[in-house]
Amino acid sequence: MSVVPVSYYLVLSAILFGFGVVAFVFKRNIITIFMAIELMLNAVNLAFVAFARAWNQLDGLVFVFFVIVVAAAEAAVGLAIAITIYQNRRSLNIERVNLLKF
Amino acid sequence: MPILDHLWIILALPLAGAAINGLLGKNWPKVAVNSVGIGSVSLSFLSVLEAIREFSLLPAGQLSFFKNYFNWIVTGSFKVDFALQMDHLTIVMLLVVTFVSLLVHIYSTGYMAHEEGYYRFFAYMNLFVFFMLTLVLAANIVLMFVGWEGVGLCSYLLIGFWFLKQSAISAGKKAFITTRIGDFGFTIGILLLFWTFSSVDFGTVFAKAANMPAESATQAGVLTWICLLLFAGAIGKSAQLPLYVWLPDAMEGPTPVSALIHAATMVTAGVYMVARMHPLFSRAPIAMFVVALVGAVTAFYAATIALVQTDIKKVLAYSTVSQLGYMFLGCGVGAYAAGIFHLMTHAFFKGLLFLAAGSVIHAMGGEQDMRLMGGLRKQIPATYWTMFIATLAIAGIPGFAGFFSKDEILDAAGSGPNAHITLWLLGLIAAGLTSFYMFRLIFLTFFGKQRFDEEKVHVHESPKNMTVPLMILAFFSIVGGWFAAPHLMGGTDYFEAFLHPVFAAYGVQAGIEQGASLAGAAGEAGGIATSPAMELFHALTGPPVILAIIGLLVAWWFYIRRPDAPKKLSERMHGLYTLLLNKYYVDEVYATLFIRPFLWISTNVLWHVVDERVIDGTVNGVARVAREAGGQVRELQSGNARSYATWVVIGAVGFTVLMLGVWGMVR
Repeated sequence: MSVVPVSYYLVLSAILFGFGVVAFVFKRNIITIFMAIELMLNAVNLAFVAFARAWNQLDGLVFVFFVIVVAAAEAAVGLAIAITIYQNRRSLNIERVNLLKF
Repeated sequence: MPILDHLWIILALPLAGAAINGLLGKNWPKVAVNSVGIGSVSLSFLSVLEAIREFSLLPAGQLSFFKNYFNWIVTGSFKVDFALQMDHLTIVMLLVVTFVSLLVHIYSTGYMAHEEGYYRFFAYMNLFVFFMLTLVLAANIVLMFVGWEGVGLCSYLLIGFWFLKQSAISAGKKAFITTRIGDFGFTIGILLLFWTFSSVDFGTVFAKAANMPAESATQAGVLTWICLLLFAGAIGKSAQLPLYVWLPDAMEGPTPVSALIHAATMVTAGVYMVARMHPLFSRAPIAMFVVALVGAVTAFYAATIALVQTDIKKVLAYSTVSQLGYMFLGCGVGAYAAGIFHLMTHAFFKGLLFLAAGSVIHAMGGEQDMRLMGGLRKQIPATYWTMFIATLAIAGIPGFAGFFSKDEILDAAGSGPNAHITLWLLGLIAAGLTSFYMFRLIFLTFFGKQRFDEEKVHVHESPKNMTVPLMILAFFSIVGGWFAAPHLMGGTDYFEAFLHPVFAAYGVQAGIEQGASLAGAAGEAGGIATSPAMELFHALTGPPVILAIIGLLVAWWFYIRRPDAPKKLSERMHGLYTLLLNKYYVDEVYATLFIRPFLWISTNVLWHVVDERVIDGTVNGVARVAREAGGQVRELQSGNARSYATWVVIGAVGFTVLMLGVWGMVR
């Protein structure tokens, strides 16, 4: 069985991250934006794991665990915010949440 | 030695009096304020007496008693102690200050009885006594400077005592600012003193100075500069030319203040300082000559202004300036003891003159213009007789205090080691003028027709608490000079002998200039041997006495015999009269030369340009830049979350490009 080169994983990670960025910028639904953020985080996770395996080091894996924990916390808080926004605005359109400005 | 070891008690008593009256006395009855105010000063006076008794028990060789209470300032080699000392010079000053203060305090209970802020007056007066005693007892020049500035503060507070009166406020400010000009020199003098001797302690400084030779009379060395700078302070404090202008204005204050601060004690602080620093002055002939010259010229100059003043207190004010000039003349020709002697007798008779003038003003219901008085001698006999005695004393009529002291000064100016004919002449003419303007005051006030409306003014003699201090001071105006009486017959001057240890201690090495206090005796001994009776005859018929009598007679001629003569004379010599009446236009000249240019520069340059444009401009400019930049940047916070997301992405991409491409962190 031949080993998949690390560059494949990195390209995949970059593509996933790019999707995440595009969705993050262009989508309007708050839930979708969350999913875009999760996508970016996990793209980065993929890169970490790939490096950890390529160089036989645990550091990358430890990082991944931290990222997962942060992502979980962020999702919990973020979803709570999303629910509150929906209760107030009857909508999840990000463009309707624009009162906090200069 | 309970008091001598605790000299601070003498200071602490009036300070405590000031604190108690000032902080608590507002709603107290007058009796309580009186007992605190007078009680503290009289206890202080008694402690001075006890301290002197203990001082006299010290071993004979001991020049002064010195005690350090605590280290006040210690930074590197600069060290200032709260240290007090007592020697014969201090004793004279302590007695004068506490005794006259006590009498003035008692007098004030009558004079100030109907005034608002009674407790405040006594608090300030006690505070003044505290600072004056600090000045006198200080054993180093920095502590002396504390007292020096403190009395200036009290002077300011008391001149402006009636603070609702615009003229009183201006006079207070004028006094404070004018003396500050002199104090600027004084401060630099202290710095130069420390720089030269590495100490500010009198004992150390004088011991070091004693090993220095006298400086030449042609080139100014460091001692001369120190002395001249210190004397600048004395010029301000003791109202000499050219900084005398504040003293006549200071008459805006209550009359007891004029008597205590602006006649008897504070203004003589400059004379005391010069006498205290005599080891330095004696070694600086140029400075000595400046002191003598300023003194003599001031004595003459102020006397000419006093000739034509019509306000009873203004006459006395110019008279004070003139008499202070005598004291400096005495110190300047090396007769320190004579200067201090005149300081003491002057404290008695000028204090008395002011208090009596206050009594006259009191009797006249506030009128101060002598042209509106006249014929008062029958109605207020106690005031009249005491004031008459003081006038005889200041005019130098033989037998009275002022005669002895003035005679000694003129003697030193005429025949001492530093004598100069110009100085002697100026002093002599001033003596004649003094006699004239003082008798003019007496004749205008107490003799002749009554020039006021008796229906409106109810002339009444002052109460006992005002007249008794007058009588006590009158007693001392007569006998205060008798210490020197045997001197007239070739005997010992006991006052000079008393101060001799102080002024002989750091004498200049023989051969250059002999110690000043020996001068009088040496001058006498050098003359032709005469019998005591001849000596007495010469002293009693000397030029000062003759001029004093002439002054009296001229005043009598002008104001009793021919009351219309002054008017005619003033018309005939209109220019001179106007010049004198307007005090040589010195106030106007100062206003044109200094005050207005300074005001103009302050207003148009410092205020409108430096303050408004530069300082305000910088501060406001910084604020405006921040505000406008903020105004631009805040547009970024649009409220649109997606634009934030775009910025995040742009930032991330930009940062990545920066790291990879520009900084080349990854190869």
